[in-house]
Amino acid sequence: MNKWITLRGRKHSFQLDRRTLMVIVMLLIANLAAVVICVGLGSKTINPIDVLLTFVGQGDSSDAMIIFSLRLPRVLIAVMVGSALAVSGALLQGIVRNPLTSPDIIGITGGASLGTVIFILYFSHISIRFMPISAVIGAFAASFLIYLFAYRKGITPLRLVLIGIGMATALTAVTYMLILTSSFTPTAVAVKAFTFMTGSIYGVSWDRDFWTLLPWLVVLFPIALIYARHLNVQELGDEVAASVGSSVQMKRTILLIISVALAGVAVAIGGAINFIGLMAPHIARKLVGPSYGGVIPVSALIGSLVLLLSDLIARTAFLPLDIPAGVFTAAIGAPFFIYLLYRHRNRS
Amino acid sequence: MSTLLHTRAQKIIGLITGLLLFAAGIVCSIAFGVTNISWRTILASFTAFDGSQEQLIIQTARVPRAFIAAAVGASLAVAGSLMQGITRNQLASPSIFGVNSGAAFFIVIGSAFFGASGMTTFATLAFVGAAFTVTLVYSLGSIGNDGLTPLKVTLAGAAMTAFFSSLTLGVLLTSGQTFDQVLYWFVGSVSGRDMNIFTAAAPYMGIALIAAIVLARHMNVLALGEDVAVGLGQKTVYIKLAAGIIIVLLAGGSVSMAGPIAFVGIIIPHLMRYLVGIDYRWVIPYCAVFGGILLLAADIGSRYISFPKEVPVGIMTAIIGVPFFVFIARRGGQS
Repeated sequence: MNKWITLRGRKHSFQLDRRTLMVIVMLLIANLAAVVICVGLGSKTINPIDVLLTFVGQGDSSDAMIIFSLRLPRVLIAVMVGSALAVSGALLQGIVRNPLTSPDIIGITGGASLGTVIFILYFSHISIRFMPISAVIGAFAASFLIYLFAYRKGITPLRLVLIGIGMATALTAVTYMLILTSSFTPTAVAVKAFTFMTGSIYGVSWDRDFWTLLPWLVVLFPIALIYARHLNVQELGDEVAASVGSSVQMKRTILLIISVALAGVAVAIGGAINFIGLMAPHIARKLVGPSYGGVIPVSALIGSLVLLLSDLIARTAFLPLDIPAGVFTAAIGAPFFIYLLYRHRNRS
Repeated sequence: MSTLLHTRAQKIIGLITGLLLFAAGIVCSIAFGVTNISWRTILASFTAFDGSQEQLIIQTARVPRAFIAAAVGASLAVAGSLMQGITRNQLASPSIFGVNSGAAFFIVIGSAFFGASGMTTFATLAFVGAAFTVTLVYSLGSIGNDGLTPLKVTLAGAAMTAFFSSLTLGVLLTSGQTFDQVLYWFVGSVSGRDMNIFTAAAPYMGIALIAAIVLARHMNVLALGEDVAVGLGQKTVYIKLAAGIIIVLLAGGSVSMAGPIAFVGIIIPHLMRYLVGIDYRWVIPYCAVFGGILLLAADIGSRYISFPKEVPVGIMTAIIGVPFFVFIARRGGQS
């Protein structure tokens, strides 16, 4: 049996790795199962068969109400936010060529949080649809500053990461300051803002969140997939990439823009959820090898699965309390980070 | 390395000026705030306490606040300079290494799950948390062939900070704490504490500060490099261990008083080295004095930046600190 399946068009050809394809199919099944289970669990438990019946319109009407208006939006948002963060992280690790970075560690997420909080505090009277734009602007502004500060006769990954960590702290501090000093923040709003900064998909809705996020992902994911192959070339180093005809800086910039935009929109809806952007790409590489054509979709599916499960624990384990999902991504993410640090201990 | 103060006389004058500023900082911290209180009333609250509203504010709010800010600033700055010395990493400081958030996490866990209460218990928990995190981040940063690199240790610190802060928030939310407490364990604040909080940890911090000054001579030898220090007959392991214990007492004590406060431990040691050079016998006392001044000043400023609301001082130091961090990181981050 052939290892590759080749798809040929008139101008482009595309090779699919059988193993990658298999992993993708299995992860899709796992995601679907997780969605069904997550939709069923909560203060009222609905068994998976009833959930499936409800999906095809055969279920109980009160179940349908709970599922469609309360749980399904939250579950689908988890899928979207988790996958967006994972793809953003995968792209960023490829660009920076440091496997220990992610949008949350180097401050991109912090910029998006700041953008979102500014929007909530000062511009929320215009349509909520503009919130992702505000978050994306924040993410870009932060990335630009990090890049600018780290630039000194070129960029080294070391400086970029160190400066990113400092910026992350500063942006968090500025965000807290805005929350605390704004003229209309009673305690409840401030607690909500704190929850947001740990990352939570509590209280999302179809109209406000789902339909706001979807168009961004529909545009950004395909571009990420198309441009992913340039990362494979860049992995060889800038000189090699340039000599095989890749316009390195241009493509790197485009990839960076996609990565930052994905982190930005994910944060606008889900808050600053930590560690998914770090973890998912590593698990993906472990499963399908280093080629980004496979890593990107697999990362997305893993990110979605991780956030689905984190959010499930977050909203069911401490009923009636709803803990931010970010607490649980951090709880699995930090040990994972230690493992990564150990694995990469001899790489500078 | 060019320094501003060369001679011994200049350094002594500098230190005395610092002490005067320090005293002035404490006085200003007591005198200025949302409630306007006359100097006469302030003085009277010490000499002829009559229990009036204004005098109560002075005695129960302003005085502890000033003392805590001074002690925490001094401790964090000295802890930072020792950390930079033993790790030979200019970015080392209690906040970057995650020590502050680790200590805060232990306090919050202790009070939420094990019913810990009382300031002495909190201080102990903070010391344990600080010791645990220092050990963890230091070992994580040193694994691998190339040893302790700024990148590895900073990443490990950042990851641990994210980890501890997320869990701290989770625990606080499940245990139904009030927002004031949540905020305090998150960003660090010196307001709203009473004198018990100060007296519980201050003795340990005082002893640790004195020990740091005693250790200064040995830190100078260690600064020549591990091999040279061993060659000169220094038992480097003991020195590092002693410095580690001092750091834990200083950082842990600070967190038990004020929560995690960022960047004082980075800014002050760098400025002080610029001022007096690399001799730890000068750097440590200078760090103690000017660290106290910085936090007193930041705390006074935090009362006015969004008057009449107060901004927690931890936010102020984070914002002030970042330009320094960027500057040091741009220079390469390693001595």
